[in-house]
Amino acid sequence: MPSERRRHRGKSEGGTRPGLALRLAALGGILFLHLPLLFIVLYAFSAEDKSFVFPPPALTTRWFAVALEREDVRAALLLSLQVASVATVLALFLGTMAAAAVWRSSFFGREAISLLVILPIALPGIITGIALRSALNLGGLPFSFWTIVIGHATFCIVVVYNNALARLRRTSPSLIEASMDLGANGFQTFRHVIFPQLATALLAGGMLAFALSFDEVIVTTFTAGQQATLPIWMLNELVRPRQRPVTNVVAVFVIAITLVPILLAFYLTRHGQDAAGSGR
Amino acid sequence: MDSSEVAVRFDGVSRLFGEVRAVDRVSFSVRDGEFFAMLGPSGSGKTTCLRLVAGFEHPTEGRIFLSGKDVSDVPPYERNVNTVFQDYALFPHMSVQENVEYPLMIRKLPAAERRRRAGEMLELVRLPGFGARKPAQLSGGQRQRVALARALIGQPRVLLLDEPLGALDLKLREEMQVELKAIQRQLGITFIYVTHDQGEALSMSDRVAVFNHGRVEQLGTPAEIYDHPRTAFVAGFVGISNLLPAAVAERIGAGSRSFSIRPERIRLATPAEPVAEGGCSADGTIRSVLYYGAQTRYLVGLDAGGELTVVTQNSDAGGPRAAWSAGERVRLVWSRASERPIEEGVET
Repeated sequence: MPSERRRHRGKSEGGTRPGLALRLAALGGILFLHLPLLFIVLYAFSAEDKSFVFPPPALTTRWFAVALEREDVRAALLLSLQVASVATVLALFLGTMAAAAVWRSSFFGREAISLLVILPIALPGIITGIALRSALNLGGLPFSFWTIVIGHATFCIVVVYNNALARLRRTSPSLIEASMDLGANGFQTFRHVIFPQLATALLAGGMLAFALSFDEVIVTTFTAGQQATLPIWMLNELVRPRQRPVTNVVAVFVIAITLVPILLAFYLTRHGQDAAGSGR
Repeated sequence: MDSSEVAVRFDGVSRLFGEVRAVDRVSFSVRDGEFFAMLGPSGSGKTTCLRLVAGFEHPTEGRIFLSGKDVSDVPPYERNVNTVFQDYALFPHMSVQENVEYPLMIRKLPAAERRRRAGEMLELVRLPGFGARKPAQLSGGQRQRVALARALIGQPRVLLLDEPLGALDLKLREEMQVELKAIQRQLGITFIYVTHDQGEALSMSDRVAVFNHGRVEQLGTPAEIYDHPRTAFVAGFVGISNLLPAAVAERIGAGSRSFSIRPERIRLATPAEPVAEGGCSADGTIRSVLYYGAQTRYLVGLDAGGELTVVTQNSDAGGPRAAWSAGERVRLVWSRASERPIEEGVET
């Protein structure tokens, strides 16, 4: 009997199994997406620095040292980290405030405000870029570190806002009433009840914002002055190459720095769902 | 009533939401140490009244007093009142211990005292040793007890309970009724208890306020509310009500006023039975029989028009007959003293 049952189960599993063509197509899709990444990583170790030949004649880790030695690489990396950090902190503050306002109170034009906050991420970056550039020109503001930060904050706020609002909407409003009822004023309620509820959502939103800012090209092109962030530097490097593998080494940095926060953000929000829903 | 004995006083309080009068010119007092129920259907204004006492809502008109002090504009965290919420509202990121300690933590009491008092409270609600758990690891009844412990630890003068047993199953609900009542007796705190369950309100309370359309229709002891309902609404909402319109009352020779009568006050008899002095009777046909174990409920259609419900106890010492069946002709007999005239002009 047990063997018969096992055979039955095996059969039903076979029924839901995808066909060979579908599996090949899926494999092809994944390879198409990720093979180029592997080549980037591979050529970061290539000994040949004039052109990309396959297979690389020899492998070396020399370019990592070279990349770290180069002043323009270090400046670009530092600038990108600074811009991403400041834009993220700004986004965390403003995004949380906006989410709290939209969640807590109902006022005339609430939905319109909500849409306006989300719009920058739906809008093509080039539109945001042009709009910001002409606005900054009109306002007579010189392009600087801060104009890049402002440009990045437009879409970083959205990520934080969306994460925070989603978490707030799953939080029972009676938690806040309970806290006030038990003697906590507004600030204490935020610190002891609302913030712990939001923490993982903010961490996730913040890391996503950081990753978005770190590899942003289009908006940066329009809002940067003479400075080159890391992605801008890479774009320039492709046009007039010297020491080609250095570009690949930098690309590996970018992959690492953006991938880790995104994976962590994914992991945190996945867990946050159980935690936030469980109190009800 | 001496003002020092009054825990909560509503003085002409209204609360409007837009055009809707959720609470409409309500005035009443809750005595110190009393178990006070606010009973009514949903939308009757009872929960809004509770939220007015807690401070989550502020009156549009009138004033609210706590222990003689006007608190109409005082925020919730400055009122010596705590609430047990319908959904318990336990903080999901804190352990049971941290939840219960929360009011003391906010008041910055030393950790040792916080721990000791939280332990006592968990003892009181019969959850000793549950401190390390998270709310998500508790059953509904246990969460209920934690919410109770958290609301009591700050030693409020008044405890507000917003349909606290609504989410529990019947058995647990009955246990908690007994326990809540015992805790209230033990601590001597004023309990204000919002419910739509008339059984809960009658069994637990010292006094009941019956709410309808934002107003208090009647306020009294459970026995007063049940035995002497002043309006048709109260008669209908509390217990099973038999309401006979004036026209039917006249036809069966029971005066010219509409009245209500409780189903257990009516006796089923054979159509030939003579009616005693001071009694009243009406003939009819049994339309349905509902057997409830301890009781049987008969729905009788009267020849004079209208329907009456009769409840008989299924005890050995019961009436002349064990059971009646649907379709049988019966005579309903009751004492005139059991009739309760209903105030005219009050619509249900």
